[in-house]
Amino acid sequence: MTHDELDSARIRADFPILSQSLNGRPLVFLDSAASAQKPLHVLRAMEEVYRCAYANVHRGVYRLSELATERYDQARAKIARFIGAPDPACIVFTRNATEALNLLAYAYARHFLKPGDEVLITELEHHANFVPWQVLARERGITLKFIPISPEDGTLRLEALDELLTERTCLVSFAHVSNVLGTITDPVPLIQRAHQAGAKVIVDASQSVPHMPVNVAKMDCDFLVFSGHKMLGPTGIGVLYGKYDLLEAMPPFLTGGDMISAVDFDGPRWNDVPLKFEAGTPAFVEAIGLGAAVDYLSALGMPAVRQHEQALTAYALERLSEVPGVRIIGPTDPRIRGGVVTFTLDRIHPHDLATLLDAEGVAIRAGHHCAQPLHIRLGLSATARASFYIYNEAADVDALVEALYKAKQALRR
Amino acid sequence: MQDLYREHILDHYENPRYHGALAQPDFSHEESNPLCGDRIRIDVKIGHQDGRDLIADAAFTGEGCIISQAAASMLLEDVVGRPVDEVEQTDPQHVLDLLGVPLSAARVKCALLGLKVLKSGIKRWKLSKL
Repeated sequence: MTHDELDSARIRADFPILSQSLNGRPLVFLDSAASAQKPLHVLRAMEEVYRCAYANVHRGVYRLSELATERYDQARAKIARFIGAPDPACIVFTRNATEALNLLAYAYARHFLKPGDEVLITELEHHANFVPWQVLARERGITLKFIPISPEDGTLRLEALDELLTERTCLVSFAHVSNVLGTITDPVPLIQRAHQAGAKVIVDASQSVPHMPVNVAKMDCDFLVFSGHKMLGPTGIGVLYGKYDLLEAMPPFLTGGDMISAVDFDGPRWNDVPLKFEAGTPAFVEAIGLGAAVDYLSALGMPAVRQHEQALTAYALERLSEVPGVRIIGPTDPRIRGGVVTFTLDRIHPHDLATLLDAEGVAIRAGHHCAQPLHIRLGLSATARASFYIYNEAADVDALVEALYKAKQALRR
Repeated sequence: MQDLYREHILDHYENPRYHGALAQPDFSHEESNPLCGDRIRIDVKIGHQDGRDLIADAAFTGEGCIISQAAASMLLEDVVGRPVDEVEQTDPQHVLDLLGVPLSAARVKCALLGLKVLKSGIKRWKLSKL
């Protein structure tokens, strides 16, 4: 393995769940791409709010409410810094990346796109970046187009952009890192091409912000979305980053309390960005928890996080390809692959495999990973996926490989 | 580890009974499990005896995990020759009993896909006769 700055053993001690055993065996957790485990720092930060600083935000003039509001604002500022956003006001809290994408489909696309306009996504998108646009297309007569992938190496065929980008293309939305193939798409050239065509760009960073340095200002994307629970944070909190002027021009998504500046009998006036998009009592304890997760990741350093996962991915690709019958899906070059290794095993259905591995204490994902169109394109009904994070180590890969041999033996394959 | 994949289950998976398609089925029905992509199609030929409709013959095709395919094989072995009305009332637990191994909640869906296809098929066939 290459040089690795992360001390996984020390990191593991921060994650209580990892010291548990499963079916009498130590837990080997290889499904962080679906959701990551939580360090004590996050659990404690949230508990501390509930114990000492809890009252509704943006409401009371009393001290407790002020404390909670301060911490909520601090969390927003931390997250803005973490992704290189110029202003905390560009950070809108949502439930998760899915809600952020739906917010954009409703408040941006439904408002600004006209029948005949085009939205361009890719064949490898997660359903969250697929279905909202399909619904929009059906409802509003908008044309949905797809950047194809090369089934051989799982990368986007960007040469198709010459034909796919037209003067009607208003939105381009793509995954920075594929949750199935692990493919890392260099966002900058794609964003530049889209901007040249006059389109706005959404980056689904659900699988990149938790795992590698991401800077929205350098990227120059118009919007970027991600979920807190995939990056050591709690469930129920996600982020929409948007350029300020665009957020300002958009109508609200949900309406109610907290998102208005005034209401009289003639109607409401909207609150300022970002509160305009945060109707009702927000998940502010979760946002504070996400802020603690960002502190934890920042202390490790995102370049070190990426390096650690890249080394693990390289090791996993090497070890897995030694197992007879294993077929790796997606890029085999770890430099363009996130910490996600998807594979099939000859004559064993991924579901059976995941069950057999579970009996060995190894937790992997099996199925289509919410990317059915991609599986159709790959000609596969289901795949098995092992994904890594800061607390995984080479021994986890060894345990996976050993369990694969046992599964083969159990099914006489 | 082998608990779930006992000999009789592997046997049904590797040598499925009532596998394939019928030449002239009275109805065919197919469904898939959206979670994992398991897919099963069942063809049924209806017969009559003592004034009752019965499952005279059946055949299935599909793709998916061992549990889904073995359970479909066991199910068809169990229902062929029995009255349609009775088959339509099959308790899901009956299929789990046929398998005879403990299943987690996620895998119960795999095991019951065949029964779901058969029941929906019967329901639609009955509606088409009205």
